[in-house]
Amino acid sequence: MRRGPSAFNIAAIVLGMGFLYLPIALLVIYSFNESRLVTVWGGFSTRWYVSLFQNEQLLAAAWVTLRVAFVSATLATILGTLAALGLVRAGRFRGRTLFSSMTYAPLVMPEVILGLSLLLLFVAVGVARGFWTVMIAHTTLTLCYATVVVQARLVSFDEALEEAARDLGAPPWKAFALVTLPNIAPAVAAAWMLAFTLSLDDLVIASFTSGPGATTLPIRIYSAVRLGVSPEINAISTLLIGLVATGVIAVYLLSMRRRTAAP
Amino acid sequence: MNAKPRLNIGAVRSSFAPWADPSAKPLVRFDQVTKRFGGETAVDAVSLDIYEGEFFALLGPSGCGKSTLMRMLAGFETPDLGRITLGGEDLAGRPPHLRPVNMMFQSYALFPHLTVAQNIAFGLRQQKKPKDEIAARVDEMLALVRLEGLAHRKPDQLSGGQKQRVALARAIAPKPRMLLLDEPLGALDRKLREETQFELMALQQRLGMTFLIVTHDQEEAMITADRIAVMRAGQLAQIGRPAEVYEAPNSRYVADFIGDVNLFEARVTEDDGDIIRLVSPEAPEGLEAIEDDEIAIGSTAWLAVRPEKMRVHLDPPPPGPNRLEGTVADIGYLGDWTTYLVELPGGRTIRAARANASRVVDRPVDWDDKVWLTFAPDSAVVLTR
Repeated sequence: MRRGPSAFNIAAIVLGMGFLYLPIALLVIYSFNESRLVTVWGGFSTRWYVSLFQNEQLLAAAWVTLRVAFVSATLATILGTLAALGLVRAGRFRGRTLFSSMTYAPLVMPEVILGLSLLLLFVAVGVARGFWTVMIAHTTLTLCYATVVVQARLVSFDEALEEAARDLGAPPWKAFALVTLPNIAPAVAAAWMLAFTLSLDDLVIASFTSGPGATTLPIRIYSAVRLGVSPEINAISTLLIGLVATGVIAVYLLSMRRRTAAP
Repeated sequence: MNAKPRLNIGAVRSSFAPWADPSAKPLVRFDQVTKRFGGETAVDAVSLDIYEGEFFALLGPSGCGKSTLMRMLAGFETPDLGRITLGGEDLAGRPPHLRPVNMMFQSYALFPHLTVAQNIAFGLRQQKKPKDEIAARVDEMLALVRLEGLAHRKPDQLSGGQKQRVALARAIAPKPRMLLLDEPLGALDRKLREETQFELMALQQRLGMTFLIVTHDQEEAMITADRIAVMRAGQLAQIGRPAEVYEAPNSRYVADFIGDVNLFEARVTEDDGDIIRLVSPEAPEGLEAIEDDEIAIGSTAWLAVRPEKMRVHLDPPPPGPNRLEGTVADIGYLGDWTTYLVELPGGRTIRAARANASRVVDRPVDWDDKVWLTFAPDSAVVLTR
């Protein structure tokens, strides 16, 4: 017997969802506000989106962020896939548990600590902070997420498939490229999406590791807010939310496809 | 191996026997091959020759090392000791993709992202064959396994039996020197399995290809193979034709592993070079068997008698050797066969089986009936280990 949701269920859902999404909904609504005052509704308008695209500083920061996210996500996905392959395929070796828990450690490590330690490293090595340092820092941050996503798929991947390819005359690298990679591709894409979105909205680590000329969007927004909230910030935040939401939905759809494709 | 020249063993005669020809060169030779995993010895100094055109079966319980032996031939495992040669050439150090053998995997291992035709073409693509030649060979293979209409299906749109045939076609397509089949029919249901066993045999005959099959199913090995190697704990227990390992097992292990058997522990009292006489507390009237090999008087031996070679009598046959008396403890009716479990006065249960050759029986056997079991001296095998 199935009944509809009770009044309590509905109340719980409304409260929970409201708690989570009311602030975001407010931000999105006010990004279409005509008024310059953030808290006063002055009618619908897209003028802040127009002025946003004339704000050189914000656009430059957005461009930096996208470049950092793209490069670091790509790097993290490649390294994460390799790490996952190592962890799944190498079988039992001495220190395997230590190695795999070390891969996961950054997942639970406070970002402040990760940012600080990276800063200390860059200073010690004597690297000037800028685009590349943020990029490397974000690779460090997202690598473990990418590893976890790819590893989850590899565990259920029948290794006999790769053996069959080698048996039929494909050298190991070709067996990987022709058989393993196409079959884990949805997970690899999901890992990339996840890394990309994580890098996109990171403030803490970026603020430790970025330098002049490499201000990312979250840093720009944060400093702008401290000087007073402009409706432009609402507009760019809305765009950012849209981008991140697209990424998250894409990851979800990819992982769904992966599940239904599994035998 | 253990064939006795004077007795015609088994119901099948086959003139194909390259292993009996001392001048024949084997296609594959395992020479004292040993493989250890950690402390476990999976394969223990196995030497084995397989000849061109042979259908060879490695038979044994799980964990006996049969799969490891096959994977060493395919190149997925490396022997710790010993040599494997193919066509006289040492395979050591040759990776799987450079070995002219193909394997059909137990899980089929079909590539899920490729169609049936692309799966079959995979090996041919690796050989860099011209496009039209690949297409022709794929069509030929599809016809061979009767899957013509399914070339563009993906593996997850196929039934178990169809997947099995695609896997077979994919492994045969590159024309390997030898086809390795790892439990190829394990995932099929009984009826389909029986059909496929005969198909596999016919296919092997038609292609003239050497097949090596690994299985734990004795029926599969008996039906398909020219010779069977029975394995036990990493070693070869016996190699021979199906009829030889069944009718002339060389040990209690083989006798018991292949089919059902009644074993009598006995002491040898007389050997006139033809008939061996033995005494056993389980057979008060004595035992007799025909045996060519000399067996020391007074030594312990085991007499093995297959259930279908035990005759069941409701009226007492004339007293003499190879006669046992008991009561029917249980009856298993299988349709084509009936199995009787007969309890001897000492408490020992003997199996007797009878083919239900006619529908009508004058005097059916009932539970608790008093019966006599007899068997011919040439139906019994004397085993010394």
